[in-house]
Amino acid sequence: MDRNYFELFALPVSFDVDLSSLSQRYQDLQRSAHPDKFTNATDRERRISMQQASIINEAYQALKDPLKRAQYMLSLNNIDTNSESNTVMDTAFLMQQMELREALDDIMEVSEPLSALEIFSADIETQIHNLISQCQNCFSDNSQDSLKQAEGLTLQLQFLYRLREEVEDREEALL
Amino acid sequence: MALLQISEPGEATAPHQHRLAAGIDLGTTNSLVATVKSGEALTLANEDGQHLLPSVVQYQKNNIVVGSAAQQAAATDPHNTISSVKRFMGRGINDVKADAHGYEFIETESVPRIRTVAGDVSAVEVSSQILANLKQRVEESLGGELQGVVITVPAYFDDAQRQATKDAARLAGLNVLRLLNEPTAAAVAYGLDTGSEGVHAIYDLGGGTFDISILRLNRGVFEVLATAGDSALGGDDMDRSIAIWMASEAGVELDDAYLLRRMMNEARRAKEALTNADSVDVSVELAEGKQWTGSLNTEKFNELVDGLIKKTLLPCRRAMRDAGVSIEEINDVVMVGGSTRVPRVREKITDFFAKPPLVDIDPDKVVAVGAAIQADALVGNKPDDEMLLLDVNPLSLGIETMGGLVEKVIPRNTTIPVARAQEFTTFKDGQTAMAVHVLQGERELVDDCRSLARFELRDIPPMVAGAARILVTFQVDADGLLEVTAKEQTSGVEASVQVKPSYGLEDNEIERMLRENFEHAKDDVEARKLREQQVEADRVLEAINAALVEDGDALLNDEERATIVASLERLKQARENESAPKIKYAIDVADKATADFAAKRMDASINKALSGHTLDEFE
Repeated sequence: MDRNYFELFALPVSFDVDLSSLSQRYQDLQRSAHPDKFTNATDRERRISMQQASIINEAYQALKDPLKRAQYMLSLNNIDTNSESNTVMDTAFLMQQMELREALDDIMEVSEPLSALEIFSADIETQIHNLISQCQNCFSDNSQDSLKQAEGLTLQLQFLYRLREEVEDREEALL
Repeated sequence: MALLQISEPGEATAPHQHRLAAGIDLGTTNSLVATVKSGEALTLANEDGQHLLPSVVQYQKNNIVVGSAAQQAAATDPHNTISSVKRFMGRGINDVKADAHGYEFIETESVPRIRTVAGDVSAVEVSSQILANLKQRVEESLGGELQGVVITVPAYFDDAQRQATKDAARLAGLNVLRLLNEPTAAAVAYGLDTGSEGVHAIYDLGGGTFDISILRLNRGVFEVLATAGDSALGGDDMDRSIAIWMASEAGVELDDAYLLRRMMNEARRAKEALTNADSVDVSVELAEGKQWTGSLNTEKFNELVDGLIKKTLLPCRRAMRDAGVSIEEINDVVMVGGSTRVPRVREKITDFFAKPPLVDIDPDKVVAVGAAIQADALVGNKPDDEMLLLDVNPLSLGIETMGGLVEKVIPRNTTIPVARAQEFTTFKDGQTAMAVHVLQGERELVDDCRSLARFELRDIPPMVAGAARILVTFQVDADGLLEVTAKEQTSGVEASVQVKPSYGLEDNEIERMLRENFEHAKDDVEARKLREQQVEADRVLEAINAALVEDGDALLNDEERATIVASLERLKQARENESAPKIKYAIDVADKATADFAAKRMDASINKALSGHTLDEFE
């Protein structure tokens, strides 16, 4: 049962995942593994069903979201992007991030913070979108060099996801 | 030894028997029970034709009254008549004292209890009385013993509240097939009724709880994308606002339990009357036979409840954000719960979602109906059913780390069941024990989250600080209940806890209550236990026999099959002739004998699920 997540979904290992087919396969898998299908089974079968359904859920989450998918693909190549010790980060990018954070703090002081936040958030979405297409290119060419590049991009993506969350929190605080 | 009979492959083990199952909506204000009869899910009425059972229990010296009669006694016997008990489920003494509704709470070693003339009772016991009443109603109506029930809970209920609900069911002698989130149950009833697909928002404002769930409906799959809410916000709070206003108009304080009940009753009547009128006369008997009369119009009422309605909008926003959907992407907004009858609520929700909500299904019954549909499927009456419910955990789960901070292990709105592991390490040189403190909530500080359980991992071999590798695993099951295990990786030392204590009943307390219940009912505990094991044995025999018929030929060699068959034969004998512990032992043996078979079956089933898809791109 040691399939990787792509194998579990009978999909090729690729950053380009067809989301509708992923979701279809996810539902088909859960229809056969979910605990609701085992309420009359033995305790052992129920336990196995819960474990299997948990794995399918985890795999679906990992492949559905571009950042998690990138992290997972790197982990298949033994590259850990989650650890705090990973600092393969572009200095120019870090500078830009600091500026973005300062800009975010300033926004909270302006007279119409909500609409300013909206513009700010659209800008972040564009940046996220660009990073994802760059990731796509790196993963399609499976060389060591491009994997290294993908690692850097993924770390940047993590950064932007966190910033996006921050924007949403502030939006919520203003409402 | 008698030979075990095995039927032809493809032939069912037994002619399919209809099993009795029901869905129960255990509400703050009212409770309902529904069941599927000849393919249709319907709520059941009591002998007076009433479908709604008021969730009120009156404790008299030698008698317990449940429902309308208890509700009528509330104003004259407020201390012994308990309503809205759902608010106290899974709550600690500090929570209930802050929101005591006029009851006298007693602090005990486990859960808080309410003082009554019949003794001190916990919220779990009060709820179990309501469940037992509904159990009796459905069994009388169906003419047989229930095999299992689905009980609904607010989606936003935390682990302690869910566990308390399950404990109440156990006390009432019910087999819980699943705890189902109320908005999901409503979506099932609504979705199957209308056959609609796409993204739906279920806005569920009940007597004491508020939930918002965003679901995607597709080919019989109900996938909850996100849920949010407030487990202490509902129609009760509207009544309270009105009562406080009336008291200030009348120039009295609400410090008397009798007066409070009278005020609350009149407030509710006024609120309900305003659904179809612009103004209503209100009248309450004050102390010493004095009567206060006044008038409440829609404008004033709206002013009193607008703050409460606004409190529901933030969770709506958060749920949409977590689900990753915008207002435009929501196809339908479905209104559930009695409090959505209030016109002002409908107005505000129409504004918020920029479309009128659907209000044509009975907001009181839809949850019980959905639960009955799922119960019917889970108990095995629809083996080829395509329906599948995928739900989420409503609140983040985490663990305490240094400095009183919470490290999230499972974030909110993760699809369940889910298992996640995280590694922690020791803080001091030679540290041999580690305290694991499990928390639920969204905040970063331990003090701002709800404590679920504490346990200790001991006998860690002494190492330098940071060298031990302690893997803590969180497993949330399909009921939304959490189990935590901790294991030191280098030594294999292990500890686990079924998350329970903090605000829950201990197993032995439930055992004692069950015993007391049986004593009242003149039932024999031992006979009951034997019966339970026999039922369990039948279930296991049926399940394994069905598995053998289905997959035995394909997955087992002769030797493996012989071992399983022998264990079944042994279990069959034990079931007919032996005591409860011996039957239990035989069940365990059969379970062990089928371990590999069960794993192979799951593997085969997973392979089969995707067999239609090609693997060309692969390898």
